[in-house]
Amino acid sequence: MDISPILDGFGVVLEPTNLLYCLIGVIIGMLIGVLPGLGPGATIAILLPITYGIGPVSAIIMLAGIFYGAQYGGTITSVLLRLPGEASSVVTVFDGFALAKQGKAGTALGIAAIGSFIGGTVSIIGLTIVAPVVAGFALDFGPPEYAALGILGVLLISSIGNGNKLKAIIAACIGLLIATVGRDTFTGAERFTFGSLNLAEGIDFIPIAMGLFGLSEILYNLEERHNQVHSPAKVGNVWPSRKDLGQASGAIGRGSLIGFVLGVLPGGGAVLSSLAAYALEKRRAKRPERFGQGAVEGVAAPETANNAAATSSFIPLLTLGIPANATMALIFGALLIQGIQPGPQLVTEHPDVFWGVINSMYIGNILLLIMSIPMVGVFVRILRVRPAIMAPITVLITLLGAYTVRNQVYDIFLVIVFGVLGYLMKKFGFEPGPLVLAFVLGSMIESSARQGLLIYGGDPTGFLTRPISGTIFAVIVVVAAWPLIRKAIPRKTSADRVEEKIK
Amino acid sequence: MSDPTKPPGAEPGQAAVAMDLQEEADRLQAELEEARPPHAGPISQIAAALVALAVGVFGAVGSYALGLGQLTQPGPGLWPFAISVVIIVLSAVLVVTGRGLQDTERFSRSSLMTAVGLVTLVGLAALLPVIGFEVPSLLLMFIWLRWLGKESWRSSIVISVGAVAAFYVLFVLLLQIPLPRLI
Repeated sequence: MDISPILDGFGVVLEPTNLLYCLIGVIIGMLIGVLPGLGPGATIAILLPITYGIGPVSAIIMLAGIFYGAQYGGTITSVLLRLPGEASSVVTVFDGFALAKQGKAGTALGIAAIGSFIGGTVSIIGLTIVAPVVAGFALDFGPPEYAALGILGVLLISSIGNGNKLKAIIAACIGLLIATVGRDTFTGAERFTFGSLNLAEGIDFIPIAMGLFGLSEILYNLEERHNQVHSPAKVGNVWPSRKDLGQASGAIGRGSLIGFVLGVLPGGGAVLSSLAAYALEKRRAKRPERFGQGAVEGVAAPETANNAAATSSFIPLLTLGIPANATMALIFGALLIQGIQPGPQLVTEHPDVFWGVINSMYIGNILLLIMSIPMVGVFVRILRVRPAIMAPITVLITLLGAYTVRNQVYDIFLVIVFGVLGYLMKKFGFEPGPLVLAFVLGSMIESSARQGLLIYGGDPTGFLTRPISGTIFAVIVVVAAWPLIRKAIPRKTSADRVEEKIK
Repeated sequence: MSDPTKPPGAEPGQAAVAMDLQEEADRLQAELEEARPPHAGPISQIAAALVALAVGVFGAVGSYALGLGQLTQPGPGLWPFAISVVIIVLSAVLVVTGRGLQDTERFSRSSLMTAVGLVTLVGLAALLPVIGFEVPSLLLMFIWLRWLGKESWRSSIVISVGAVAAFYVLFVLLLQIPLPRLI
């Protein structure tokens, strides 16, 4: 393995401006992630415009910083308010909040920060080794493989998320349809533009993401949900004792590995891995009844695993160009905005971006660890700020931010339209995540499929005879037919039941 | 020591733990969602599915008009037509099978708050190019604080003025972003 590009990547990351962007990202991510109701997805969506004006490497470094910063912010609300900021912090609540009630909130947060750091770092090392290999393998991919991979990605994410699968796939298809708005790149025909000049350029990713993930969340929280009075638990000493660390060390080690492996899977990687890591620790424990009563391992395991999974979920994005979850879809969109197509060519064509992003995570994790422990007091103070005050401020940041991207009021209206759409989707049980993800992948799937058809002279069976795309299509059929196969098998094994439950 | 990389559910004992765990997680989720309004009935489910169906029909008709072309030479409408057909089929299935789902939420009196909030957003977007961002932002902040957030008159005034001033300093003076503005 040639390590000189890796070292060059460090050179990029250690440039003072990039370090600064990384620091800003981590801090902003933590600050906004700590606000109940706004998880990593919403935070990144709201802050997308600020990355618009800076270079690609700096932008992604900052977004990655926002990403793990926001994730740690979610942990803080889990422990102190019993409000998980996102699905992957749900299990952290059990022991985290129990520890907080015993006056050991600081210990819980300290352990979570250390676990996140180690889990993240282990996962980055794995990423450094695995990603170039996968990318090298994927270099032979042609349009048929990309079309197949894109469809598989949309299908997996729709079928693994929470909620009704049918609704998720419908939402994804609507995302694919929205992606076709604008001028067709092959024929130049205008599609679904209704004569509007704005629509002829297609719909931009930023307003969609800001509306569906950011604004919709705020509108949704306006309904009686935001008047609850929270009083965060007191935070004592943040530095965990040697005994606590010793108790958590095994959980952190195992959590790192579970997180790395499960994080690569599309869909609920971080959620699944936090549940799996917690379950494993509970099973291994000599006194499992301690779990839920404030066991340090019960915080260490899921927090380590979800951070490791969050990091390894960059692998499919950077090597195949397939975002594994909604947050990765946002990063994908941000890269596209910067004129960079994530995929196997990334490592050879933009080694500075590829290694810059990966190596920035080492730095980001260190910064997160350094910032999180002393800044806990600040976060607790932010939690005391009433949501009633934060909501309009966040709204203004969102709307004015949307305007600043292209200095067009049209973009504000788009954000509002998609904000309302997202709100209504939530009210009617449709998740916005699959829609955004499918929107991002939409034009890639369409152009690959059409190029593939050209290669095979209009014969769609050509997609099936190529070994890799054929295999992927076989997997697609299995995934799509899985619910029916499930029903056809009369007796389930216990392992199946667990798998189903966990999903 | 067992293999740490082994996925969950590999052993029956662990499977039981994972099941309990999932139940606990569900309980917690349910508790957190107590603040949610009660779920709406089958009519809302059918309505949602019909809306999706309408989107599919609209897409199919629109893309058919664009021209489907041939597989050797796909027209601009082929791909959106294919997606629209999938939407139509899936929403039709949803209309039939989705009646019993419990994942829709009823609109309540507090949904009015969302409507009011929405009006302020549209107002901001409409007024911004005309009179600049200061006054519309101030109004939006004030309405959200005083009526949607039930803050006192005093704190609503102080916070909205303070926040808009901070925005002015940040966007206009520090970042020099060309926002339309009054002053």
